[in-house]
Amino acid sequence: MATLVKPPTAEGQPTSEGSLQELATLRRTTTPPMRRRRSEKEPRGWVVAALRLGVVVIALVGWELGVRAGLVDPFFWSQPSSIWETGVIAFRSGDILANARFTFTSTVLGFIIGVLGGVAIGLSFWWSRAYALTAEPLVIAFEAMPKLALAPIVVLVLGLGMTSKVAMATALVIVIQILNTYSAVKAVDKDLTTLMYSLGASRWQVFVKVVVPSILPWVASSLRVAIGLALTGAIVGEYIGSNAGLGRMIQYAGSTYDIALIWVGVFTLAALSMALYLVVSWFEKRLLSNITHTR
Amino acid sequence: MASTLTSPRPDVDTSAAPPQLVIDQVHRSFPNPEGGTVDALVDANLSVRPGEFISLIGPSGCGKSTLFNLIAGLDAPSSGRIVIDGVDRAGQQGLVGYMLQKDLLLPWRTVVENVVLGLEISGVRKKAAQAIARPLLTTYGLAGFENRYPHQLSGGMKQRVALLRTILFNRDIILLDEPFGALDAQTREQMQEWLLDLWDDFHKTVLFVTHDIDEAIYLSDRVFVMSARPGRIIAEFEVPLSRPRKPSVVTSPEFVALKADARELLNGAHTTHTTHTTSSLSSQEGTVA
Repeated sequence: MATLVKPPTAEGQPTSEGSLQELATLRRTTTPPMRRRRSEKEPRGWVVAALRLGVVVIALVGWELGVRAGLVDPFFWSQPSSIWETGVIAFRSGDILANARFTFTSTVLGFIIGVLGGVAIGLSFWWSRAYALTAEPLVIAFEAMPKLALAPIVVLVLGLGMTSKVAMATALVIVIQILNTYSAVKAVDKDLTTLMYSLGASRWQVFVKVVVPSILPWVASSLRVAIGLALTGAIVGEYIGSNAGLGRMIQYAGSTYDIALIWVGVFTLAALSMALYLVVSWFEKRLLSNITHTR
Repeated sequence: MASTLTSPRPDVDTSAAPPQLVIDQVHRSFPNPEGGTVDALVDANLSVRPGEFISLIGPSGCGKSTLFNLIAGLDAPSSGRIVIDGVDRAGQQGLVGYMLQKDLLLPWRTVVENVVLGLEISGVRKKAAQAIARPLLTTYGLAGFENRYPHQLSGGMKQRVALLRTILFNRDIILLDEPFGALDAQTREQMQEWLLDLWDDFHKTVLFVTHDIDEAIYLSDRVFVMSARPGRIIAEFEVPLSRPRKPSVVTSPEFVALKADARELLNGAHTTHTTHTTSSLSSQEGTVA
């Protein structure tokens, strides 16, 4: 009976019974692999620190020896020993500190204005759909524009002082901050606003009690990118034309072929950048754990 | 079995009181992409007495959430009236407590700050609102959790907070949209007990949506059965089990019989849209007219 019900199959065509049998034998022929360590052991902290320091030391020593052996041209690349001497002189004269303070101030001002302004504008999009739809493509167009190319105009209009540097830093930060905040506004949990309205809340109450707290994690996580952009904006402003700042110092050193001074400027800038980054990271952590409680 | 003389709560005879909530010929349709309209809710009629606990059961898409959104004023009916305490309140928000499926606690607020949200919106000062809330948190199983944040709580605890927030909103009617749907069976049972305690203490009128027939019968005075596409109320039945009910009541013959009837109605809701009338269950048309 069963053979009649089955559809006729051609001679030698594989049947599902055959497959089942094959699977049954397969399972027996394979041997389970030995258990391996799934993850590497976490290395000790001091070992990692020593390794990191070692890499830096080897690079510097290699550079210095390369110059002394005549493999690296010190006219173009300078050497660690003369960079150190130049650095000590620049520090003693107070040049470095004055320039660093100028760059630091314009970066931080641009960062603060850009973040606060961007968040305010991004949040304002929550209030009107028509306004948001009008403004969003304009903001995106501004974002697409290479703002660094605008630096000459900004410096011409706002002068060689700090204002033009703050403006450049702000311009870089504010656009991404607007777009980031608007994304956050669009991602606000619709059910939360529904809940608020069901409790009879006004639009202002929904805004203050739900929308603003909801976007804070987004803002917090954009701060590290924003501080980097602010520094870039300030430095480019200084390159174009300035009466102070690390960017101007580097630019000046370049035009006088003082390669060691360029390196001093670059390393100071790196230190400044790292310090700002650490402060902002710390602030982000505080914001996330103490205010938004998302972690 | 379901005689109208059997008051579900002998201590509070509310059958003579005017209804607290009346849904009168409510119809809600939404435009569909093809240019026509889809009926989400058709000819909904329902009348709830003060202090009554009613449940709505039905398949997905039967318009339960639509009905709740209409009662909460988050949406306006295409036609019909929503009468709260004798006044047509269609489209007015803030008149009933509404607990949605998710707990929807604000993650940046502590338990006590979440619980007072409704009071705060109504204009009660934060300190005063928290002073009202703290003793209640202690009484209703949240002692020691007042200053925790939602991410530190279990699913059951979060639902407790959400429910207390709804109660503290201090409206006579509360709507609960599958509040225990996401909880495990054991937690769910505890929460049902707890909800009945709250209902006893606060004398709220409760409308409860669930997929679970046992839950509906165990908690309610009356159960409404809905069908899908278009959503409509096809039947209602009373639950004559005396209160307070013990969890063991689910094995009693009355409970089992009610459950069997309800299941039959629900199966009908899945297959046909006709109105059912059985010997023990009065149809929608039979009682509300």
